[in-house]
Amino acid sequence: MPFIELKNLVKIYDKHTDKAVNQLNLQIDQGDFVVLVGPSGCGKSTTLRMLAGLEEITDGAFYFQDQLYNHLSPQQRGFAMVFQNYALYPHLTVYENMAFSLRIRKEKKADLDRKVRQAADLLELSDLLTRYPSQLSGGQKQRVAIGSAIVRKPQLFLMDEPLSNLDAKLRDQMRMVIARLHKSLQTTVVYVTHDQVEAMTLGNKIVVMNQGKVQQVASPAWLYQNPANMFTASFIGSPAINFLEVEMVKRPSGYQLISGNALLHLSDQQGERLARRGFDRSSFILGVRPGAISTVPADSDADMRVKIVGRELLGGKMILYTENAKSRLTVLTPVNYDLVRGQEIGLCLDLVKALAFDPHSQENLFPSGPAQADQGRQDQ
Amino acid sequence: MSLSKEKSPQVLKQPASYKLPLIIVNLICGFIMLFPLLYAVSIAFMPSSELFNMDLNLLPHNPTLENFNAALSKMPLGRFILNSFMVSLAITGGQIISCSLAAFAFSFLDFQGKDVLFMLIMATMMIPGEATIISNYLTVSAWQWLESYKVLIVPYLTSAMGIFLFRQFYQSFPRSLYEAARMDGCSNLRFIITILLPLTKPAIGAMAVYTFINAWNMFMWPLLVTSSENMRTVQIGISMLDSVDSKSLTMMIAGVVLIILPSLSIFILGQKQLIKGMFSGAVKG
Repeated sequence: MPFIELKNLVKIYDKHTDKAVNQLNLQIDQGDFVVLVGPSGCGKSTTLRMLAGLEEITDGAFYFQDQLYNHLSPQQRGFAMVFQNYALYPHLTVYENMAFSLRIRKEKKADLDRKVRQAADLLELSDLLTRYPSQLSGGQKQRVAIGSAIVRKPQLFLMDEPLSNLDAKLRDQMRMVIARLHKSLQTTVVYVTHDQVEAMTLGNKIVVMNQGKVQQVASPAWLYQNPANMFTASFIGSPAINFLEVEMVKRPSGYQLISGNALLHLSDQQGERLARRGFDRSSFILGVRPGAISTVPADSDADMRVKIVGRELLGGKMILYTENAKSRLTVLTPVNYDLVRGQEIGLCLDLVKALAFDPHSQENLFPSGPAQADQGRQDQ
Repeated sequence: MSLSKEKSPQVLKQPASYKLPLIIVNLICGFIMLFPLLYAVSIAFMPSSELFNMDLNLLPHNPTLENFNAALSKMPLGRFILNSFMVSLAITGGQIISCSLAAFAFSFLDFQGKDVLFMLIMATMMIPGEATIISNYLTVSAWQWLESYKVLIVPYLTSAMGIFLFRQFYQSFPRSLYEAARMDGCSNLRFIITILLPLTKPAIGAMAVYTFINAWNMFMWPLLVTSSENMRTVQIGISMLDSVDSKSLTMMIAGVVLIILPSLSIFILGQKQLIKGMFSGAVKG
């Protein structure tokens, strides 16, 4: 029996608009760190708020430990939530903020004091207990918000983009804090973010959502290697994966892909898998990660020739934006100052880990077995 | 509305040479506006012989307290002030409780017909009080409520204006605080008492001052539903000083000055809150 089960969850805000959440099915085990990730407006926050009881569930069922929770109020559910804008009570001190939920539960004074101080220790807030929220920095505020949530040891932790108001450095630190907390408390967490780095580093189960629908549920590693469709492939991984429309032909030397002036060689195994599905006659979409592309001088033997249209330095690595008449490709290479804008270069594509997608259904044409999610988790 | 304890941004300092003319203009305007009030205070200390002569006496030459004595002896002013105080306090308290609760429902709870109901309440502001005063009178007299405190208080225990004012305040109240409180297991009532009220003190202050002064200045309704001296409020009492047989302007004005004092002091004490309250929510702070 799963700890939490969502069955065909639907949320409709307005009958005239699309469903904010559409037939969402999800199972969460105890101790899971589940990350709902997707672009803004994909329904991830709505899903979280339905779990919290802050939004009504239009249709479908939400089971918590086999009990139907659809109609319970947030108070009755007893989950804890951390909000994006901290949501601290401005007129209460840090101590009182953290003690608030315990006071409502009429906790004994000694217990309350012990629990608050314990949580404060864990989050390095002990020196700040008498301060007011307006005297705290963003990172401290968010730690207090997390502290208020953990003091009462909830069975389920809900986090709604808790790090998106922090600057990049603090975000990295807080990410570590949250990961450490999850490890030590062993609580089940449902975490919403639009940031794939947060999703990949924190979650052991990632739910990719788009337009109210779940695209894929898998472990971070699995998600990156075996995206279910073009959306997941492009959403996970930075810089984003390149898509090329290609046609496959069988030559005596093996399978070849043609896209404009580009000529690529596919392994026999990959080619046969595609041919079996009938893609030796129709075009399909090839997905190549920017890191699987290398640059060569324009006059040497290359898979395709492109022009550099932009360049971004990332310290040790460099992103090149290139294009030719048929396609645009992003390339992640070691820094090389000789490559400048406007220059013609050749690209070599490593197709060993390349992905192929159906141009109509956008689904991955190299799907792996059905036990993918679990298998992925064992990789971790 | 600024919920944090930080101070509002300092107004940019302007050079003194620019400020001085502004202060002078302000003083002149203030004096012109306050002149009738100041003159009334001055008259209250004048013997009537000084007021009714051909010279323009702005200040009393022989200041006297005689007018105050006369006013106090002619009517039980102490009783009137007590009555007005009790009625105004009860109305203020009642309005703050009822209006804040109603406004809470309108801004935080979701229920069917919320917008229509709010529109209806707002629409009642369009109806002048005079239009309903007769039917109200008939109602309370049928209940035999005349000549009592409750008839002065109960009809004014809530107001559309108050609901509107509180709702505007609550609209700018961060909703996530309400949601956080609910996640913490807080009931609605507890949220109002421990979170909402402490954080909306400016609104409550503004509302209290506004309601108190309105209640203090009530005239038509008390005039209609009370007739005994025991139940009269100050505004009616003051009109009793004006009799056809013995008209004493100085005495009347002394009475007026006496009853202005309580409402004036309330305003002075609460003016910061009033102005803060009236204008907060007008712009997003």
